[in-house]
Amino acid sequence: MNRLQQLFKTQQKGLLSIYYTAGYPNLNDTLKIAETLEQCGADFLEIGFPYSDPVADGPVIQASSKEALDNGMTLPVLFEQLKELRQKVTIPILLMGYVNVVLQYGVKEFCKKCQEVGVDGCIIPDLPMYEYEEMYQTTFETYGLSNIFLVTPQTSEERIRKIDGLSNAFIYLVSSAATTGGNLSVSERSAAYFKRVADMQLKNPFVIGFGISDKETFDAATQYASGAIIGSAFVKNMNKADLEGSIKSFMKQLRG
Amino acid sequence: MNYFVDERGYYGDFGGAYIPEMLYPNVEELRQKYQAVIDDEQFQQEFKALLKDYVGRPSPLYLAKRLSEKYGANIFLKREDLNHTGAHKINNTIGQILLAEKLGKKRIIAETGAGQHGVATATVCALRGLECVVYMGEVDIKRQAPNVARMKMLGAKVVPATSGSKTLKDATNEAMRDWIANPVDTHYIIGSVVGPHPYPDMVAQFQSIISFETKKQLKEQTGSELADYVLACVGGGSNAMGMFYHFIDDESVKLIAIEAAGKGVSSGFSAATTTLGKEGVLHGSRSILMQTLDGQVVEPHSVSAGLDYPGIGPQHAHLFKTGRGLYSSITDDEALQAGLLLTQYEGIIPAIESAHALAYLEKIEFKGGENVVVCLSGRGDKDMETYMKYFNL
Repeated sequence: MNRLQQLFKTQQKGLLSIYYTAGYPNLNDTLKIAETLEQCGADFLEIGFPYSDPVADGPVIQASSKEALDNGMTLPVLFEQLKELRQKVTIPILLMGYVNVVLQYGVKEFCKKCQEVGVDGCIIPDLPMYEYEEMYQTTFETYGLSNIFLVTPQTSEERIRKIDGLSNAFIYLVSSAATTGGNLSVSERSAAYFKRVADMQLKNPFVIGFGISDKETFDAATQYASGAIIGSAFVKNMNKADLEGSIKSFMKQLRG
Repeated sequence: MNYFVDERGYYGDFGGAYIPEMLYPNVEELRQKYQAVIDDEQFQQEFKALLKDYVGRPSPLYLAKRLSEKYGANIFLKREDLNHTGAHKINNTIGQILLAEKLGKKRIIAETGAGQHGVATATVCALRGLECVVYMGEVDIKRQAPNVARMKMLGAKVVPATSGSKTLKDATNEAMRDWIANPVDTHYIIGSVVGPHPYPDMVAQFQSIISFETKKQLKEQTGSELADYVLACVGGGSNAMGMFYHFIDDESVKLIAIEAAGKGVSSGFSAATTTLGKEGVLHGSRSILMQTLDGQVVEPHSVSAGLDYPGIGPQHAHLFKTGRGLYSSITDDEALQAGLLLTQYEGIIPAIESAHALAYLEKIEFKGGENVVVCLSGRGDKDMETYMKYFNL
């Protein structure tokens, strides 16, 4: 059982996950940010490895990805930085990025490296479910890596059940039809969608992401789910001149 | 060997649908319905009627006599440049707008590079009275002012893509993001044989009218519906796929696809994807694309905006890998010279894209008397500024 599975086994309420892009604002900030976030009360983290054409992302994460690439971030660089991860950070870590980057690195090599440095799972939004199932599931499981699938308001019940069957940590519920960085208002419609998924009695817990930006939206989302993920709002708030301070003040309004 | 799409949406190792879950319902709806819609008799009647009366099809297959004498072979030009809006692009947008109507969509989005596909999309939206939003790189908007004006005059909203390199691939990303945000009422008209399945197959079917007509015309003019060589330029590859389509299973026909070498294949300013690229995933399908070792998409270069794309459609990748098609490239200089040559030998100013295919005639050693079809995918009006600059006209 990896750290992510352990976390969800013991705790299924109010989990806070933060996304940030590796290599942004500076190339070598990756571990420092993770340490600070753990100190400030984050329950698990998603570290994005940048891609030139991130279609699922909104403008903030696109921009941070581009800057990270300009700073020289690549998967080999990231794995090098993460060598000391488990000496410094204990909370579960996910890597998030696009399939082409993983394919070029090699899927097996990617999974192996993740295990070596202590990464617990990954989110690859444009990796098709059928391909994961047919080609990669065994490899992921061999290296103790949880693959996280996304579900949207348009995903059919049949497909959600299939995703539930393939998942072994949690399901990522996309709050609305949008790219990252929108603004969630828990309208009646999205509340109905969250409840619909909750009522399906899935074997995996779910976590809500996209459009969660502050305490208010976090609290609204976690009424329905085990946790919520904040990405764009966190990245936008990072201040290069006072990185640690800006992270701490952002986390303070969430975790007090 | 099967060169066409299989049940799972693949062409050999290529194709598929590599899309985030947010796009899955949109693409799945299309996947389930596209073939039935296209095969519907009423759809076919409407499609053919518009191609005939609105686009002006069939486009002529013209035996270019002086060019034939020069090369010692019978050079036939498939005159897609004579279509309404000046290129082959309209074959696909007519098909897709009818399909969008059948699916009950009210709003159309598209990406465009130089603006040709954007204009073809805005045109059919005006024709059918549908809302139209075209994404175009900020850099391209500045470079292609006349096409931007045409789209606006046709009633389309032109939205600048300001991310990344601010060109075609970024406009494609923005269109995909729009589709993510508008999954129910919007149809995305992709302009080439790229994107997630079923787009490459759907666009190829709409463009296949090119080779369908060519076979008939060859039969009338030469007695045989087959040619020895069929040539077309390739960016994403829609005119080439339309030109090859009905010849693919006739293995005696040599299919030659010409990519843009730009300033030279190894100059760092090129769009010769099959030479410079590697297998990977771009814009929703597994194909061959120009990328760094780390899998980041590389910005291509070509004097012709229509060939300035870092990938090729998955069916092309399959034809390339299996050896069914010969994929080669032509530099900016060679293409421009070929454009001038056609103009002066035949009185036809070709689009610089099409001039790449014409330039390849220089590279073939003809024995004499072979029948050769070149797809003249578009006319050169849009390229006059480039020609003027290059030749000091």
